[in-house]
Amino acid sequence: MAVYINTPFTTDDAKRIKAGDTVYISGTIYTARDAAHKRLCELVAQGKELPFDVKDAVIYYVGPTPPKPGMAIGSAGPTTSYRMDAYAPTLMDLGLRGMIGKGKRSVEVVESIKKNGAVYFAAIGGAGALLSSCIKEAEVIAYEDLGAEAVRKLRVENLPVVAVIDTEGTNLYETGRKAYLESQK
Amino acid sequence: MREINACDIVKTVKKLCIEANCHLGEDVKNCIKCARENETWETACDVLDKIIENYNIADELSAPICQDTGVACVFLEVGQDVHINGDLNEAVNEGVRQGYKDGYLRKSVVKDPIDRVNTGDNTPAMIYYDIVPGDKLTITVAPKGFGSENMSRIVMLRPSDGIEGVKRFVINAVEEAGPNPCPPIVVGVGIGGTFDKAAYMAKKALLRDLGEHNENPYYEELEKELLQSINSLGIGPQGFGGKATALAVNVETMPTHIAGLPCAVNINCHVARHKTEVL
Repeated sequence: MAVYINTPFTTDDAKRIKAGDTVYISGTIYTARDAAHKRLCELVAQGKELPFDVKDAVIYYVGPTPPKPGMAIGSAGPTTSYRMDAYAPTLMDLGLRGMIGKGKRSVEVVESIKKNGAVYFAAIGGAGALLSSCIKEAEVIAYEDLGAEAVRKLRVENLPVVAVIDTEGTNLYETGRKAYLESQK
Repeated sequence: MREINACDIVKTVKKLCIEANCHLGEDVKNCIKCARENETWETACDVLDKIIENYNIADELSAPICQDTGVACVFLEVGQDVHINGDLNEAVNEGVRQGYKDGYLRKSVVKDPIDRVNTGDNTPAMIYYDIVPGDKLTITVAPKGFGSENMSRIVMLRPSDGIEGVKRFVINAVEEAGPNPCPPIVVGVGIGGTFDKAAYMAKKALLRDLGEHNENPYYEELEKELLQSINSLGIGPQGFGGKATALAVNVETMPTHIAGLPCAVNINCHVARHKTEVL
């Protein structure tokens, strides 16, 4: 099913999304990957304020290529998500509602998704040029020294993603493969 | 003795870095189109359509196909009758530096594996040398993303494990990787040699054009059998289920010790990039 959502991404929005749905996201989302997650969680541990409000936010695991002149951003597809597994539950406990990446998540992340009513989305890995066309504005808001890994505030229009793990913990990587194999019997 | 100037190497490496990252090889495109034609599962068809749309956009805009423009793996076949005027290593790194800057490619290299400060220009390149007969210099640039690199595996099998042990290891590596390396993938396999040579062969296997097989009929059959087994796993494009888990399996082998059977698997994503030029 196709679902259209606007950020902020609320609990009610999250609940109507089921694993396997194609979801088009519009509004403001934030980028963060390995190094930025490490810093964000260090701030949380120190009780300090984060560079953006994570409540009902969506984080895109991406390190874009530099924009060519006149463009908002370069190619911008997802990076593999498991490297953020150590940090994701901390952010979900603070209200993070959506994560966009690709690939498997840990048991702890799935549990945190269920507990907090969040959703894990996958964008198509390796489709950086295509996904870039849905990003209309990009601005570095923290950790500029990290280059591609800096935290960026993005304005996206109908960013196409697939819901992989929904609020109930149903996982498309398991159900999709199983359904395909059954169809081949 | 033929003279080649370092500045010509800089220019060539720069050009190859940009071309490889923005324009996918025809061999890979043909394999993806073929996978699309053979796919029946709806979500898988949709993913493959988007992958095709993506490389077409990249071609049109000369934009990077994927944001992970990789660490620059540069393979040099240096003819033994060639003399380089200048510093060859530095020429390659300067080519990478210029290519990644002027091509608006991502700088993804950190100086120290623990300290992790970005070098800012995607150097150093990973340079591989082969000394060959003749007076030419063949340069291949293969930008390698780490989503797939991280899913690579190596094992020192026992000779008694034999070909069945090799097959099990390769298929398990792909199954464990699942959606992580951006399927449909290309699987490079190195069998034999030493611990390090097996890994090197697995990486070099990824440079072979898709659709070309190992010259040895026995290993050509192994490549076909492994591809069929992998595409029966059901992982499919992006791991959402489907047939096209892999586009190709390329196997390379070499002699080994009486006591060993090293086997390495180097995985590449569907953005399987490599461009070559001969100087």
